[in-house]
Amino acid sequence: MPWRRRQPPVAERFAPVVDVSQLPVMEFDGVIVGGGGAGLRAGLQLARSGLKTAVLSKVFPTRSHTVSAQGGITCAIASEDPDDDWRWHMYDTVKGSDYIGDQDAIEYMCSVGPEAVYELEHMGLPFTRTESGRIYQRPFGGQSKNFGKGGQASRTCAAEDRTGHALLHTLYQNNLRAGTVFLNEWFAVDLVVNQDGAVAGVVALNIETGEVVFVKSKATVLATGGAGRIYATTTNAMTNTGDGVGMALRAGLPVQDIEMWQFHPTGIHRAGVLVTEGCRGEGGYLVNKDGERFMERYAPNAKDLASRDVVARSMVQEIMEGRGAGENADHVLLKLDHLGAETIHKRLPGIVELAKTFAHVDPVRELIPVVPTCHYMMGGVPTNVHGQALTQGAGSGDRVVEGLYAIGEAACVSVHGANRLGGNSLLDLVVFGRAAGLHIEETMRQGVAFRAASETDLERAGARLVRWDHSVGGESVAKLKEELQRLMLVNFNVFRSGERMRASIHQLAELRERIGQAHLADKSRVFNTARLEALELDNLLEVAEATAIVAEARTESRGAHARDDYTERDDENWLCHSLFFPGERRVAKRAVNFAPKTVDTFAPTARSY
Amino acid sequence: MRISLYRYDPDADAAPRMENLELDIPGVGDLMVLDLLERLKAIDPSIAYRRSCREGVCGSDGVNMNGRNGLACTTPVSEVARRGKLTLRPLPGLPVIRDLVVDMTQFYRQYEKIKPFLQNEDPPPARERLQTPEDREKLNGLYECILCACCSTSCPSFWWNPEKFVGPAGLLQAYRFLADSRDTATEERLAELEDPFSVFRCRGIMNCVSACPKGLNPTRAIGKIRTMLVERGI
Amino acid sequence: MTPVASLGRSGLADFVLQRATAVVLAAFALCVLGWFLAAPVNHARLAAFFGTLPMRAFTTLAILALAAHAWIGMWTVGTDYVRRHYFGRRHALYLAIYQIGCAALVFLYLVWPLAVVWGVAR
Repeated sequence: MPWRRRQPPVAERFAPVVDVSQLPVMEFDGVIVGGGGAGLRAGLQLARSGLKTAVLSKVFPTRSHTVSAQGGITCAIASEDPDDDWRWHMYDTVKGSDYIGDQDAIEYMCSVGPEAVYELEHMGLPFTRTESGRIYQRPFGGQSKNFGKGGQASRTCAAEDRTGHALLHTLYQNNLRAGTVFLNEWFAVDLVVNQDGAVAGVVALNIETGEVVFVKSKATVLATGGAGRIYATTTNAMTNTGDGVGMALRAGLPVQDIEMWQFHPTGIHRAGVLVTEGCRGEGGYLVNKDGERFMERYAPNAKDLASRDVVARSMVQEIMEGRGAGENADHVLLKLDHLGAETIHKRLPGIVELAKTFAHVDPVRELIPVVPTCHYMMGGVPTNVHGQALTQGAGSGDRVVEGLYAIGEAACVSVHGANRLGGNSLLDLVVFGRAAGLHIEETMRQGVAFRAASETDLERAGARLVRWDHSVGGESVAKLKEELQRLMLVNFNVFRSGERMRASIHQLAELRERIGQAHLADKSRVFNTARLEALELDNLLEVAEATAIVAEARTESRGAHARDDYTERDDENWLCHSLFFPGERRVAKRAVNFAPKTVDTFAPTARSY
Repeated sequence: MRISLYRYDPDADAAPRMENLELDIPGVGDLMVLDLLERLKAIDPSIAYRRSCREGVCGSDGVNMNGRNGLACTTPVSEVARRGKLTLRPLPGLPVIRDLVVDMTQFYRQYEKIKPFLQNEDPPPARERLQTPEDREKLNGLYECILCACCSTSCPSFWWNPEKFVGPAGLLQAYRFLADSRDTATEERLAELEDPFSVFRCRGIMNCVSACPKGLNPTRAIGKIRTMLVERGI
Repeated sequence: MTPVASLGRSGLADFVLQRATAVVLAAFALCVLGWFLAAPVNHARLAAFFGTLPMRAFTTLAILALAAHAWIGMWTVGTDYVRRHYFGRRHALYLAIYQIGCAALVFLYLVWPLAVVWGVAR
């Protein structure tokens, strides 16, 4: 045993198990669960309108994962190219999504985008500037002019390579100014759903004190971000555990396109830390062990700036065919050294820092070892353009879930479809965070009452806490989490095979059993991070299982979902969203919106870069 | 590797204690301190610390490692360990909630005090406010702060007057807005900082500079605020 | 603004005064040191040197500078160290005692040398 205690272990301590019928209650007009970019943008909208707003976040807001976004926010503000048009951006996004992004939502995002970006600038976001004093825009993957016919566009607005940090801090600062109430370091345990299927708020845990509270609200917004931590290596923060998606699934609500996981081409080998696509936007490119710029073969036009799914697949193919670099030939190399020290230090200072710390190379002189790494969850809670969560009614039409909204990565509007374009996630956050805020404001003005919740409803929402606090003996959370993450990494990576996925579904069912019996060894009250990790494991499991079942069911290759047993896109059967219903674990289809309001439909065609 | 870990759970311990642990894994020096903590936590889940991005941009995991403040996620064990021993303590000068988790209320309060948001009451243009690259350049070295508190909790002036001295992190942000060509509240901001504590408790010992994991220089920013105050006074 | 009266209210005034008085003290020290090094010292020469009006004026300025400099410095040290955290509930009382003590000392070192220079005690 590599571990020895020199002091006797503290005996397992039992905190009094929560009595859900006696929960203290807090009341807000709007409660936003999650303090990242989307949550803070929605919070700002509500707080400015004078509504009693709380942002409930398991970390202090500026620790949220938005802070790690590097390259920028894509938006047609026509700074680098005065003729730029949001419709071109829309075309790129639809094509990038492999045609299962909803065109009404994409139209809304791309057309409202400039306004939302200017607002950020007015709030103080320190964008990098052009000589004329406008916002600097850099080229990113999948961007084109004139509907794919005008060559590479430069449409990603950047604050050096720290855009997410600048954006998140700016939003937090403006929330301070607007008087948003922050419940920092509070963890939402589960949604409180009443007998009518409406959401009445959340049961939440104050991490610092261990107190459990019913946070009652007229509108509950899930802004909990992604769940990249279902994978053993990911660019995602350790806190990205799919809490909102887990909560929705446990409440019996469906999730959409959850099989679509983006692998970012340039995660630092082993560490998993992200290296922005902006590196390639600024002129960097990928090479294999022979120093060959292999993307010229896979995407003759866009080369290294093809969309992420394409680049990631090409990289894996290079590695599989034995042209990987390094001792184990298990990665490729990102070349920046030809850009010159000045450009690198001026445009990519954060990358220099990360490459030195996590890859021990100085990109000014050396190549950075990179592999495709889990980066973004395209799927999530299905919503309309106002951020209202959707489920299916009796006649299998969309039905709004009363009192529930979802925004940002936790939601699936869907603007990203089967593959997100770089720089579109930050735009998604601010556009739909704002949209949800506007809609809630409007709804409140028309008058909404708090929804009743019975003791049973609260009990259901608090059940997880009780179950973990009653656990005696069983496997450890850390071990089960590692097993789950390995399983997902191996079987739901860039390429997927039906057989392995089917085996994984069985293994995940087993894991569900075992996690249900697992042990929370520390039951103390104050800042108990062991309890948090147990609660997060529940959420990881929900997301992983949904991913596995839907990925196996989608018998085609589209966007980020590439199967070696169904290698072609199948528009006849699968030009649609997938919906996963928990409980019966059923996969259903939902129509993609092809009816934008002001432009013609972009019809599906073969996708090449 | 011998690790001496600061432990305190207010419900179980009358006073904080140091727990001595041994972890023998190959290549321990190549690990980051956060990886080490993760390994320890997998064995003893009751160890409490904050962490999120694990790449040095979220600012969650500021801790004191062998007497030096820094981020656990970007500090290699080999850089701080001395003769196979590593002592981990919470950031000094703030109340401890549990183990390595400190109560940062006081720190955040100082940040809020300097009104950390752009103030410009002129109606904004239809597009962005213009800013020259030279003016934008002035914000470099200021806006990158991650609020990890490594600087302020290494500053004796902040230990002594945490409720009155804004501290290096807050002052760096104060200057970030003073230096922004788009901000018009310079006069109000300076007026708020004129008292004997907010800025003038800085003695220029530069602990903040050596602690900052992002390589920022709060002392220089404080110097610039002082210069602005003096110029305004004349 | 009236410098000493504003002590504890404007940090800027304190900051400027602290530095201005330091310059005066440095100049005075250099002046006296130069004189000491210039020729052998005896009481008659010393009395003659400090007896001139310009030197009396300069010395007065230096004494005032020392008092202001010392008071600002000691006040700052007191507000750094004499705090509840170290001294408990009665820290305010201790701080008051400390400040009265410092004020008395500063006053003593102000009045006594002034009296010497202007010959009141002669």
